[in-house]
Amino acid sequence: MNYILKRLGYGLLLMLGVVVLNFFLIRLAPGDPAVVIAGEMGGATEEMLESIREEYGLNKPLLTQLWIYVSSVAQGDLGESFFFNQPVSKLIALRIGPTILLVIVAQILSIVIGVFLGVLAARKPNGIMSAFVSVFATIGYAVPVFWTGIMLIILFASTFPIFPVEGMQSVKLRDANIFIRSLDITHHLVLPAFTLAIIYLAQYARLSRASMLEVLGADYIRTARAKGASERSVLFKHALRNAALPILTIAGLQFGNLISGALLVETVYNWPGMGRLAFDSILRRDYPTIMGVLFFASAMVVIANLITDLSYRLADPRLRGKS
Amino acid sequence: MSDLEKTLRAQSPMAEAWRMFRRNIPAMFGLIILIMIILTTLYGAFVFTGDPYEIVWAPHEPPLLTPEFPLGTDYLGRDIIAGLLTGGAPTLAVGASAAIITMVIGITLGAFAGYYGGWVDTLLMRITEFFQVLPALLFAMVLVTLFSPSLITIAIAIGVVSWPQTARLTRAEFLRIKELEYVTAARAIGAQNGLIMWRVIIPNAAPPLIVSATLTVGVAILFEAGLSFLGLGDPNKMSWGLMIGMNREYILDAWWPVTFPGLAIFLTVFSVSLVGDGLNDAFNPKLRER
Repeated sequence: MNYILKRLGYGLLLMLGVVVLNFFLIRLAPGDPAVVIAGEMGGATEEMLESIREEYGLNKPLLTQLWIYVSSVAQGDLGESFFFNQPVSKLIALRIGPTILLVIVAQILSIVIGVFLGVLAARKPNGIMSAFVSVFATIGYAVPVFWTGIMLIILFASTFPIFPVEGMQSVKLRDANIFIRSLDITHHLVLPAFTLAIIYLAQYARLSRASMLEVLGADYIRTARAKGASERSVLFKHALRNAALPILTIAGLQFGNLISGALLVETVYNWPGMGRLAFDSILRRDYPTIMGVLFFASAMVVIANLITDLSYRLADPRLRGKS
Repeated sequence: MSDLEKTLRAQSPMAEAWRMFRRNIPAMFGLIILIMIILTTLYGAFVFTGDPYEIVWAPHEPPLLTPEFPLGTDYLGRDIIAGLLTGGAPTLAVGASAAIITMVIGITLGAFAGYYGGWVDTLLMRITEFFQVLPALLFAMVLVTLFSPSLITIAIAIGVVSWPQTARLTRAEFLRIKELEYVTAARAIGAQNGLIMWRVIIPNAAPPLIVSATLTVGVAILFEAGLSFLGLGDPNKMSWGLMIGMNREYILDAWWPVTFPGLAIFLTVFSVSLVGDGLNDAFNPKLRER
């Protein structure tokens, strides 16, 4: 419990770091911070700039400005988007759900399929499956994710029109009941989630193969086989449980990359998430929104790391009770 | 004497690694493709005189139909081959320089953290963890937008977001090597810390760092491609990512303007990672079984 509190505190500290970084990034940008905050396309009037200066305290000393900024973020106020004419927190609240859905489904897909492929490959270290996994992993690493997305769109838009290639919901089903709508969203989710999963799937396959090979040489595996455990039980129960730790570590570390990938995938598929919002606001130089997205995206990574940390302790009894 | 020299040379670790590398078919295949890509890019940058932005033909001319434009034209009627030839230079240049920046930051911080330990280590590792929390592409996007998109800004932005892994690797190597006898020996003869770090430990940590540098080049190329695809690259420099981004709207009318640049990016990163894997195997013959 103590440990969890400690990790939580550390996570909050990291988030404070992100806020401070955001603050200095705006001030490091060339030009008047008020103009930067208003955004180039905002068509900022002198009154508007004056009100921004007032709100952010831009006429006060730098440390006071920092304090004003940090305390308003702590109260959930991420500023106003002058392009969308809405509070940033509201904009993000609308967009964070789709991103979380996309990222988590992609993560699960890549871990489940990747680990399964890796375990199959580990059974025969020199077999066809092993060769396939290593070739696939190298290819998966090298393909630009946005290009995979575009190729899949070309394939599925005209040749095999079985999956929708754009957006998250069909317009005509917007008023249907919740069950039909979730089916519709799942249907829309297939291609984006799969596109995002491909890169990581390949890496998990390779990693779990290596990790399994290491574990399969251990004495307790020979013991399990000797006592007559079925091959499936040896692979998935005895071996995989011990091979899972490095996979878990990487899964936690990959989360930030996954969000970066989601950004591109959302742009390609017009998925209405934070990545799409980041892209739109960057084109309009809407810095309060960009900074808000950066803040929330980092928060997602911090939370993911926290969860990884905790599940690590659940998965490895040796770590329990230690801090 | 010359025989002895030969024997000595044959036993040097780098020569040994090269011998292993040469026998590795996928790695040599990757190396050959990579050299071809680099040569083509150099040709495109310094010899080729065509303008990739020039409209030369009807829009969306399919590949293989017109002999002058074997890969067809894009939505404005620009030659795709011209784009491919000139579009490699920014990608490769940014990839290589971003990798250098990454290695310089990562190795310096990792070396100090691993060598000095204590509060230096704690502080530097906290900074590293902080940078690992920031989603790299998003942070790079922010940096590029704040400080005008030029090749240099992009390279710096990619370098700034991708050093943490190198720092961790370097730190781990330093923690391992600094306990070894030859480091103690160097200290015993009065070598200073700086000398031990750069002349004794770094050379011995080189193999994993070289492998990591290779893989970093691949990641940096993907980053550059992603940024250009989003329209955040240097708009005056044709690049493979930019070609895909510009033709994105018309993919359902024409597949070729996006397919070929994507293949070029893929082949480049693919060959780089084959070389990286080959180097890894060459430096760690024991791991070859995996």
